[in-house]
Amino acid sequence: MTSDETRIAYTLRLADNALVLAQRMVEMVAAEPELEEELANANFALDYIGQARMLYTHAGQLEGKGRSEDDFAFVRDEHEFRNLLLLEQPNGHFGDALVRQFLFETWYLHLLDGLIACSERGLSEIAARAIKEVKYHSRHSSQWLVRLGDGTELSHERVQASLDDAWRYTGEMFAADEIDVAFQREFDGPDLAAIHKLWRRDVEKTVAEATLRLPDDDWMLSGGKQGRHSEHLGFLLAEMQYLQRSFPGATW
Amino acid sequence: MTKQEWPLYEVFIRTKAGLSHRHAGSVHAPDDQMALSNARDTYTRRSEGVSLWVVRSDRIVASDPAETSAFFEPAEDKIYRHPTFYDIPDGVENL
Repeated sequence: MTSDETRIAYTLRLADNALVLAQRMVEMVAAEPELEEELANANFALDYIGQARMLYTHAGQLEGKGRSEDDFAFVRDEHEFRNLLLLEQPNGHFGDALVRQFLFETWYLHLLDGLIACSERGLSEIAARAIKEVKYHSRHSSQWLVRLGDGTELSHERVQASLDDAWRYTGEMFAADEIDVAFQREFDGPDLAAIHKLWRRDVEKTVAEATLRLPDDDWMLSGGKQGRHSEHLGFLLAEMQYLQRSFPGATW
Repeated sequence: MTKQEWPLYEVFIRTKAGLSHRHAGSVHAPDDQMALSNARDTYTRRSEGVSLWVVRSDRIVASDPAETSAFFEPAEDKIYRHPTFYDIPDGVENL
């Protein structure tokens, strides 16, 4: 794998994470329990769509084959997406979606911090912009976890179940494969083992504050980063890509 | 099932350093910190401010509309208290 291939693959993973998560969040628009939460969720989804656009555009420029952000987002198939499995899981109830945001954003914040310092200039600049948004998202999801966990008996029980369910998808965030290793070596990229420690520290702190129990590191699912997805991604893409598939090149 | 509403908070925004906070509107929130988040997400999406205050609406002590005349009318005929006899220099925006 050449060094250009490495950074293109790495950038596409980040872009797919942002886009797939944004699409899941967009599904919750007009379905949030409170107006204020509705606005927050829609704002955050737009932040992620913005990040996905910058990242796809960057990947297209590195690739130099004239692929646009829309080509990456709307005409690639399921197996070409490289997002984490955690992010493609259905929203479930408010607590399920919240736990997903919390686990991902705690990780993403540290990853972006590492990317700012990397020598791939495009990614470093995008990360510097994105981290401001994600700092706030992470604050928001952490606050909610504490309130649901330390709320009523019912909310505690339900969000504990959400955390237990989502936990098996967290291992993938730290499992460095050859692309992660090559990006770290050649571009001074983020160190996933170091991020795992920071993530664990932050998650433990918030989970304790929320009076919740940290699940055991049991069997972890993986494959999203390599294009082996759960059955849910296909349905997500079918909805998201419908218009461009039916009317290729349609604009308005 | 009746839904219990979150309490109401009033939101004040300082648009830029040096100006005072102004009332912008209100939000519902389960507690103080979330009220601050909700105010941020509802009222500062378009760079409206650099500082936020929120306060529970039921903690605000308000004057009674029935007492408006007793409260405010005595000042109306004392024009010598109003600084209207000065010329405001050009270029002063926030006086």
